[in-house]
Amino acid sequence: MTSKVGTLYRGGEGMWTWVLHRVTGVAVFFFLFVHVLDTALVRVSPNSYDAVIATYKTPIVNLLEVGLVGAVLFHALNGLRIILIDFWSKGPRLQRQMTWVIAAIWFVVMIPGVYFMLKHTIQTIFGSAA
Amino acid sequence: MTAAVVVPETPVLVASDVTFKIRRFNPEVDSEPHYETYTLALYPTDRVLDALSRIKGEIDGSLTFRRSCGHGICGSDAMRINGRNRLACKTLVKDLDITKPISIEAIQGLPLEKDLVVDMEPFFAAYRSVLPFLIPDGHEPTKERIQSAEDRAKFDDGTKCILCACCTTSCPVYWTDDQYFGPAAIVAAHRFIFDSRDAAAERRLEILNEKEGVWRCRTTFNCTDACPRGIEITQAIAEVKKALIFRRV
Ligand code: SF4
Ligand code: SF4
Ligand code: FES
Repeated sequence: MTSKVGTLYRGGEGMWTWVLHRVTGVAVFFFLFVHVLDTALVRVSPNSYDAVIATYKTPIVNLLEVGLVGAVLFHALNGLRIILIDFWSKGPRLQRQMTWVIAAIWFVVMIPGVYFMLKHTIQTIFGSAA
Repeated sequence: MTAAVVVPETPVLVASDVTFKIRRFNPEVDSEPHYETYTLALYPTDRVLDALSRIKGEIDGSLTFRRSCGHGICGSDAMRINGRNRLACKTLVKDLDITKPISIEAIQGLPLEKDLVVDMEPFFAAYRSVLPFLIPDGHEPTKERIQSAEDRAKFDDGTKCILCACCTTSCPVYWTDDQYFGPAAIVAAHRFIFDSRDAAAERRLEILNEKEGVWRCRTTFNCTDACPRGIEITQAIAEVKKALIFRRV
């Protein structure tokens, strides 16, 4: 028999990147789903398309965009890591180091990325200094 | 001139109280597993298996677990110790954080029978299904089957497996899909696929090419981290995947 009473398995980097890979994968899939729907709307009714696109310019959607970019970036980088694990003979032995490398690349890209993506929103909310 | 002989001080071992939180289940009375705690004085050099034996001998005779060799070679006493699959006989008290209770649970993904004992049959069934024995072709040689040291090295890692199931029951894919062959079976297949004396590599590769074969592996490395024999399991799985893609053994 199986039961829910039990501790969480304490996996390492490999397990947690796998969990994140799943979560970001599903998140990106749902984005694509919504994206296909909203783009399809253009053919149905251009007016409601414009209305929907207008709602995308709100700060909350802007934050979601940042999340989307972060998710896509992680998913892409970890995908490369998995390819290297499967095809590069040294890959499995260096998987842990590769996890830290992709984490570093993610931060290096995301820090300026977030700044530029949120710049517009911050300016609309707090007013531009210029 | 005589060199001063430095006599290393023998460290004095002090026993300290260690608490174990053990997941218990008796199918005859319990509907759900529950935890019970036991505290006993242990030396840093004691193993978790020593603790379990003493709990069974001195505190609660009903505690049920498997063990045979007590020296990491029979593969009987795989269990989840502080959230990770380990052999109780290879886990020393000094390597655990004894300021908190140490959690001990049965391995996950195989049917729980009692306390720390699970039904290993599905695990061995997966093992048997990959033909884990030498299948040569041609006539039986009159002398031994010669193999070069390089050819031997190709599958050396897999020969160390003791079929403890630490790997398979640490695999998140196996927990949710008990049809997956699991890492231990793939290690066993790898051991013969890459053996130059064996002629049935194709058959094993076909078996592992199935839906529930190597492609289910999501490279989470839980198996590699759990293996008490230090086998690089995920690497072996990747080698089987590559052999399937490039058809090269
Ligand atoms: S590396 Fe593959 S076989 Fe090993 S635990 Fe992860 S998913 Fe399972
Ligand atoms: S590969 Fe390692 S963890 Fe898996 S059954 Fe063999 S010895 Fe145990
Ligand atoms: S008792 Fe034999 S491996 Fe632990």
